[in-house]
Amino acid sequence: MSDPNGSPSPPATSSVFTTGTRIRVHESPAGAMTESTPDQPVSVASASAGVSDGEDADRAYESVITTRDLSVFYGSYQAVREVDMNFGKNRITAMIGPSGCGKSTVLRCFNRMNDLIAGARVEGTITYHGQDVYAPDVDTIEVRRRVGMVFQKPNPFPKSIYDNVAYGPRVNGWKVQSMDDVVEEALTRAALWDEVKDKLKESALALSGGQQQRLCIARCIAVQPDVILMDEPCASLDPIATSKIEDLMRELADDYTIIIVTHNMQQAARVSDRTAFFTADVDDDGVRHGRLVEMDWTKKIFTNPSDPRTEGYISGRFG
Amino acid sequence: MTITAPPTSPPSPVDPPLLKATGEPLRERAFKWMLWFCMAVGLITLVVLITYVLIKGWGRLDSRLIQNMPSSVLPETAGAQSAITGTLWLMTFTAIWSLPTGILAAIYLEEYADPNRWYNRAIEINVLNLAAVPSIVFGILGLAFISRGLGFGPTVLTGSITLALLVLPIVVIASREAIRAVPQSIRAGSLALGATHWQTIYRQVLPAAIPGIATGAILALSRAIGEAAPLLMLGVSFVRFNPDGLMSTFTALPVQIYNWTTEARPEYTDLAAAASVVLLVLLLAMNSVAIYIRNKTQRRW
Repeated sequence: MSDPNGSPSPPATSSVFTTGTRIRVHESPAGAMTESTPDQPVSVASASAGVSDGEDADRAYESVITTRDLSVFYGSYQAVREVDMNFGKNRITAMIGPSGCGKSTVLRCFNRMNDLIAGARVEGTITYHGQDVYAPDVDTIEVRRRVGMVFQKPNPFPKSIYDNVAYGPRVNGWKVQSMDDVVEEALTRAALWDEVKDKLKESALALSGGQQQRLCIARCIAVQPDVILMDEPCASLDPIATSKIEDLMRELADDYTIIIVTHNMQQAARVSDRTAFFTADVDDDGVRHGRLVEMDWTKKIFTNPSDPRTEGYISGRFG
Repeated sequence: MTITAPPTSPPSPVDPPLLKATGEPLRERAFKWMLWFCMAVGLITLVVLITYVLIKGWGRLDSRLIQNMPSSVLPETAGAQSAITGTLWLMTFTAIWSLPTGILAAIYLEEYADPNRWYNRAIEINVLNLAAVPSIVFGILGLAFISRGLGFGPTVLTGSITLALLVLPIVVIASREAIRAVPQSIRAGSLALGATHWQTIYRQVLPAAIPGIATGAILALSRAIGEAAPLLMLGVSFVRFNPDGLMSTFTALPVQIYNWTTEARPEYTDLAAAASVVLLVLLLAMNSVAIYIRNKTQRRW
């Protein structure tokens, strides 16, 4: 549990999840699926269709975050190589792939959380509404306020529920008319208000795992971000809590751009509009590194991927 | 495919019995006894010590001790008032000098210092070494640089600064441990909401570390309250008045106890034992404050 600093390896992702994914496939939380996509037939391959029919007609695609030739280094180790992606406004983009392929590493570049890791370095560009996120004059505080993040393990502060949600507005020095309203709105948006409205002053640590994660989402949206990054937000949750978070994501997509890293392919299929598939490659020198294989509409990725590696992963032939 | 039905009756017992207990192995027991013995050594020593001091000092453990000033002539009327007030003055200012400095130094070392820089590693090693330096050496330092160098003389100010320097490494080490024990996920969560580095430390890390820091502070002050050697080095000795300020000369309980034990008359050894009890009571009072702070900060969560 010591510090992740100085470790040259990409963020650890548990290998358990390959198994977890398979289990979920068999369990097939149909309830969750019908809830989140009520009009859609529940089948793995077409579950994504409820979200958007690919190159959808009703909304123009506007890119919020774009990466060009993005490479991430830990010291001299190049963890992720030459990634070109873009993330659409009010879309949910899922990043999937086997452990150690650099999904989380890339995700944490978007709000510069990788700055906290000693030796982490970024090459190439990441733009947010056209502005370079890594430009020298960029205020990382402002980046992180606009690009919020929800972590793999729910990490509520050891404070009351109320103080958890109010923390963001407070540290950002907002002069709000009524903090109570801010808290209520954020908790309502995170579908947690009804469960906690009578115990706002109680410790957030007393909540269940799923509630804690929704609290973390509420805490995140209380600072009114533009983009929400989710790093395997359901990895430590049971299927019921997971389905609640997934429903929530679909609702939040009306107002926010969501980027989610997940090991659970079914989850990517259920919630996302677009999917990026990463893989861990070994180059000629035997160095393992992450690469983007392809990025496309989720429906296409799951029904008709262009790359055989994607198909192999999705159909469970490897990973 | 046929499915074998599960047996309905338990199978007959086999001989010799498979699950029969053979008792705790000798090695397990021996190890447990060894642990118990080691624990008992410490505990028994403490009990014997406290009992001895209590019995020895019981006759003199009365109001004379806190109402009267020390005397080397009349053991019947001698008290330790100036030593008690001196110790309180000394501890107050030792805490004021050492706690903020030590905690802030710990924050720097844990949260800001780049461990890959040679000078930060050098600081770290030095802090650890300083914690092991004998207290008399700090007495020499205080005498040479604070008492004489800065011309403060054998005053409360000199004594408290010397003791603060003595316990500073303990405060730093304990605070660092407490700060390090705060999970990284809390820091990440705070930073991801747009909090600054200092906001994260002040609003998340420090509150979470307070119980550990309080424990460290008490360890440090407990060491300082019992120190006689550096104070003797500074020239702190017999004083028959209470300190009235930082620049006042003073005496402290450990010094007074030491002085009395060097007296020939047996009444003074009893007096020393009684003063030791007072010292212990002060120590316990100080510890209970720390425990109170710790429990209070923990309950808030």
